[in-house]
Amino acid sequence: MNALLLERDGTLAYTAGAVVADDAVDVATREDATAAVRGTFSLSGVSVAYGRDRVIEGVGMEIPARSVTALIGPSGCGKSTLLRCLNRMNDEIGNVHVDGRITLDGADIMGKAMDPVELRMRVGQVFQRPNPFPMSIYDNIAYGPRTQGIRRKSELDLLVEESLRGAALWDEVKKSLKKHAFELSGGQQQRLCIARALATKPEVILMDEPASALDPISTQQIEDTIAELKDSVTIVIVTHNMQQAARISNQTAFMLRESLEEPAHLVEMGDTKKMFTNPDDSRTESYITGRFG
Amino acid sequence: MRTPPSDGARRLGRTTTRRAAEAVVRAIIHVCGWLAIVILAAIAIFLAWNSVRAFGEAGLGTMLSGTAWYPTSDPGKFGMLPLILGSLFVTGVALAVSVPVGVAAAVFISEFSGPGVKDVMKSIIEFMAAVPSVVYGLIGVAVVIPLVKDVFALNSGMTALTGGIVLGVMSLPTVISISEDALHAVPFDLRQGSAALGNTRWQTTFKVTVPAAGSGIFAAVMLGLGRAIGETMAVLMLTGNAAVMPTTVLESVRTMTGTIAAEMGEVVQGGLHYSVLFAVGLVLFAITFTINLAADLVLERQRKRWRR
Ligand SMILES: Nc1ncnc2c1ncn2[C@@H]1O[C@H](COP(=O)(O)OP(=O)(O)OP(=O)(O)O)[C@@H](O)[C@H]1O
Ligand SMILES: [Mg+2]
Repeated sequence: MNALLLERDGTLAYTAGAVVADDAVDVATREDATAAVRGTFSLSGVSVAYGRDRVIEGVGMEIPARSVTALIGPSGCGKSTLLRCLNRMNDEIGNVHVDGRITLDGADIMGKAMDPVELRMRVGQVFQRPNPFPMSIYDNIAYGPRTQGIRRKSELDLLVEESLRGAALWDEVKKSLKKHAFELSGGQQQRLCIARALATKPEVILMDEPASALDPISTQQIEDTIAELKDSVTIVIVTHNMQQAARISNQTAFMLRESLEEPAHLVEMGDTKKMFTNPDDSRTESYITGRFG
Repeated sequence: MRTPPSDGARRLGRTTTRRAAEAVVRAIIHVCGWLAIVILAAIAIFLAWNSVRAFGEAGLGTMLSGTAWYPTSDPGKFGMLPLILGSLFVTGVALAVSVPVGVAAAVFISEFSGPGVKDVMKSIIEFMAAVPSVVYGLIGVAVVIPLVKDVFALNSGMTALTGGIVLGVMSLPTVISISEDALHAVPFDLRQGSAALGNTRWQTTFKVTVPAAGSGIFAAVMLGLGRAIGETMAVLMLTGNAAVMPTTVLESVRTMTGTIAAEMGEVVQGGLHYSVLFAVGLVLFAITFTINLAADLVLERQRKRWRR
């Protein structure tokens, strides 16, 4: 029981909150506890189609707060597509239809009531290829906060430092914040993009193969960063690297598109350790051990 | 009996022909590159050669600083300043029209219109570019001259403003299509990155996309400027052609191009006036050359700074 709790940080935080509530300590503490678990996704019956081409069908999953959830599956099974549902980035592509229900901390994020622009301030994203803006390191980080209306230099300075520290980049760039972001190495650029996402204080960060374009050392740094971040934000990461998924994630979800004629579905989701040692579904095992995909 | 060539020999033979072909192509490209420079230099030398008499008899300094252009009086006065100012006034107005309108149109086409609208707009712009300048001149005569006359309560609607407005419209296709190309070339990644940080389409456009396309838009403006400063027919029809020092854009002006076109037919070949018109051409050439050079330098600096 204890072991399970320790492994699943989200569950642990929940339980702790419940304990506090039971003890009926003052209301403020209870609210803190609830605030501490913000960033929980719940999906049910999620289907996605590009025009007529239905690529995902009937995906349901629970993504607990403050933990790392890995999405794995063969190329083309809709991992990126599903990830983009979580911050409505599919809206940006056009001709994409998403059905089903997705809630973030209980609030429906697909309805008219949810402004995708606001949603994206709560759910940040890091892309496969580093995509820093053509401006200085500082301005890259300050970009999101400025959008949120933060103008005070002191406040921005603080956010920039915090975010860069969060992405383990501060020590490398603290003396050259005015430098153009394109002068950084690929790995540094990707950590800059993580810092940029952190600067808006999101509850969730989505990462789509964030290390696939990077060398092993940079990959290691990104993984370390993720390990530190999961104490404060929910992370959903797509990866093709099974060792990486096993190393960094708490839960793993395996998606599969059986054939091009039918849409992909969620085969299995569970505790990473279990998924990698003793999965329920034989297809999961085949994929993880590299027998297909 | 001949033995067939070995695999290695055949491959070697193929490599040799490929090398030869490559060398030929490279030579052709080199020649073309140098040809452009040679032609440019030839134009400059040709203009200068024909201006020699003007330099000798009228003097370059006197011409550039002179405020009176009476080429047919005796002795003729060849002060080019009214012409240079005329060109600058008209071009300034043209830029004031084409830059804001052109860049806004490019942003709309590239960032805010669906594929259908985009195609229609692009065809219209191509068509605009294909309309001969004399037709723009005619429209200017029929529409813009009376409009300027009425709006500003002038005696004559033939002013630098009139010419500039029409020239601005004429250079719109250049400004729009090249700016649009530049915006289009901004990677989707950047827009996506900005959207993912909670920015609206508008915010993304003005904070990321337009700045990222900045050097291309600048190039578009420079090309539009070149088109405006070199245009002849429409300005001849619209600016009234009074070669006097202008003080505001609401006065009639004579541009450098207009002067050359209007007077070349009446001069004695090889005469002083003839030579002075070549000197005007040389000044025009120098101005456009300088503008282009300056633009190139700016672009080069940008490129260095933004290289990934
Ligand atoms: N913009 C799009 N328009 C049309 N179809 C798309 C688009 N993006 C993805 N698809 C299709 O949707 C399916 C899922 O694509 P998606 O990119 O989500 O897969 P993925 O699991 O992320 O693959 P990979 O591991 O290669 O990144 C694929 O069949 C793909 O062809
Ligand atoms: Mg993908």
